Amino acid sequence: MPTLIKAQGGGMVLANDAFTHVADDQDLPPGDVIISLARFQAEGDRLLSQGRSVGVRLEAGEEVEALAYDLPRISVVALAFPKFRDGRQYSNARLLRERYAYKGEVRAVGEVLREQAQHMLRCGIDAFEPADGSAPAHWEHATRRFRHVYQRAADDREPAFAERGV
Amino acid sequence: MYRYDAIDKDFVADRAAEFREQVARRMAGEITEDQFKPIRLMNGLYLQLHAYMLRIAIPYGTLNSAKLRRLAHIARTYDKGYGHFTTRTNLQLHWIKLKDAPQILDELAEVGMHAMQTSGNCIRNVTADPYAGAAADELDDPRVWAELIRQWSTVHPEFSFLPRKFKIAVTAAAKDRTALRIYDIGLHLRHGREGEPGFEVRVGGGLGRTPHLSPTIREFLPARHLLSYLEAILRVYNRHGRRDNIWKARIKILVASLGAEEFARQVEEEWAKSNPARIDAPEAEVARIRASFAAQLETLPPRSEAVEALMAADPSFARFVKHNTHPHKQPGYAIVDVSLKVPGQTPGDMTDVQMETAADLAERYSQDEIRVNYTQNLILPHVKLDDLPEVWRALDAAGLATPNIDLVSDIIACPGLDYCALANARAIPVAQHIAERFADPARAEAVGELKIKISGCINACGHHHVGHIGILGVDKKGEEFYQITLGGSGEDDAALGSMLGPALPANKVAEAVEQMVEVYLRQRKEGERFLDTFRRTGVAPFKEAVYADAH
Repeated sequence: MPTLIKAQGGGMVLANDAFTHVADDQDLPPGDVIISLARFQAEGDRLLSQGRSVGVRLEAGEEVEALAYDLPRISVVALAFPKFRDGRQYSNARLLRERYAYKGEVRAVGEVLREQAQHMLRCGIDAFEPADGSAPAHWEHATRRFRHVYQRAADDREPAFAERGV
Repeated sequence: MYRYDAIDKDFVADRAAEFREQVARRMAGEITEDQFKPIRLMNGLYLQLHAYMLRIAIPYGTLNSAKLRRLAHIARTYDKGYGHFTTRTNLQLHWIKLKDAPQILDELAEVGMHAMQTSGNCIRNVTADPYAGAAADELDDPRVWAELIRQWSTVHPEFSFLPRKFKIAVTAAAKDRTALRIYDIGLHLRHGREGEPGFEVRVGGGLGRTPHLSPTIREFLPARHLLSYLEAILRVYNRHGRRDNIWKARIKILVASLGAEEFARQVEEEWAKSNPARIDAPEAEVARIRASFAAQLETLPPRSEAVEALMAADPSFARFVKHNTHPHKQPGYAIVDVSLKVPGQTPGDMTDVQMETAADLAERYSQDEIRVNYTQNLILPHVKLDDLPEVWRALDAAGLATPNIDLVSDIIACPGLDYCALANARAIPVAQHIAERFADPARAEAVGELKIKISGCINACGHHHVGHIGILGVDKKGEEFYQITLGGSGEDDAALGSMLGPALPANKVAEAVEQMVEVYLRQRKEGERFLDTFRRTGVAPFKEAVYADAH
């Protein structure tokens, strides 16, 4: 079971994961599941009607617009980072929060390293499955590294120009 | 110039502290070189042929004496006593030890400098007109907007892992001095109907394997919306730029494949859905930045007797004035170009002692400002005409007064195979051999404006596609060969060069340049530069001269 770290109350905590990641070729276990976009489109209605919580995994090439109308029914959007250096999911994350006002969990999965902590948090990702063995303390440290930021994003940090109050 | 406030200072200090920890983790073996690579690249640290190279950011090429002295100190203490100014107006130190890098970043942070985003697939150092704030033909100081972009793009949470590197240039003068059209985004400031500032927005320029000059995607963007519009462009690129092939990942490929019109439509659609009020900087912030760039210029007579007298008495000074000074917007001042192109030496290299000389002169005679030009020369932007003789003597004594700006020996060259892990061939010795043939200033002057640009590989850091004469190093079965292109230009009359003929061996290149110059001198009409003659005659006479032996 991968480690799950969640942003909570301004810090980072280790969390129990109620969800099971289910690949397209796997049978569905009982309980809350995170499934692919394609599977959600085929089976989502049925699963939700069973009273389960359902999360959807978006691959880096998939766009959040595909989920726009379903977002209120989805508990988790898992954004897959195939590589550390693939930055498409940062746009998906900001759109989820800023354009679609999505209030559920946005989780980073895949090659997730502590070096991305601040970027992810600022784009609205609030749950992380780190691939580098890092602990909540590392994530907290990384997200507090910079005392200032230079631009608005999906979080509530105010940019330098607002701090200056000129 | 812009001075870091407490927030900016905290930011670079925090970044240096972060990197110190990351280097410690690497040196303790907690992370692999593979994992460390993107981290060090984001901090300007490359592994080259012989050592680590540190690329230090010089935002829009603007330095003051304290910064340049610090660079001199770092070059002396941690490198071999010299540095290399690049076509992106950064400074490269080619002999750095990994263990020293955190200390260097700390020392840079003390003077408001850093190496952030000088590498990696992020928004790189912003370029602005090197004559900003001084040029007689400027509508506005482009550095105001470049500084705004510098801040917005620094550790941007959404745009730090783009498909590929991303470069933005800003100019606010009639004449382009930035090579605007070879940039991923080129912003050209204009005034609207009511006199309000705005930008013509060009997107999708670039050199490399598939050179493109950027098309315009918007004729006029109100300047107050600059950041939100950039964010829309970057978002379209971040989402849709290719990531499957490094050679097709730059935004120029996306723009070319969609067509400029469709790309523009997507950007406008994204922008229309965004919330510019959250992203754009308030007017007061723009005003704050603008105030920091205001130079304190005096009212002076437009003519200097001292300059006139020395020009009449000393032809070397007259030549320097003719080629290395440019009209200043304020009467009684001149913009002075400091040439880093001594024939026979490495283009763009500067020693620690020369840096200190330039810093002293800037402090004393140029409002404490020095600029770096993408042509790999420096600039003292605000020199009083009456001080010009003194400045010239001091530059001359330091080997910084070669009167060759825009002449045949003012060659752009990348570091090439002497340093760079990507290169196929050397660039520096080729530049040296050409410049040596035109070392006589009278001869160089007779040839007039001729821009030679040399790259040691197809990545085109030496801008060969846009050289009047472009030279590209290629490897042919382990031997260095050079492809020549003619007729390129990076500035107002931007064009990509066309091929002269088969690649030449290394020992034939300087001779070929000389042969082409002879053709030009024979064929030129009154007032024609090399480029004009080439455009009139076409390639035939040049080709004939260079390949005559082969017939």
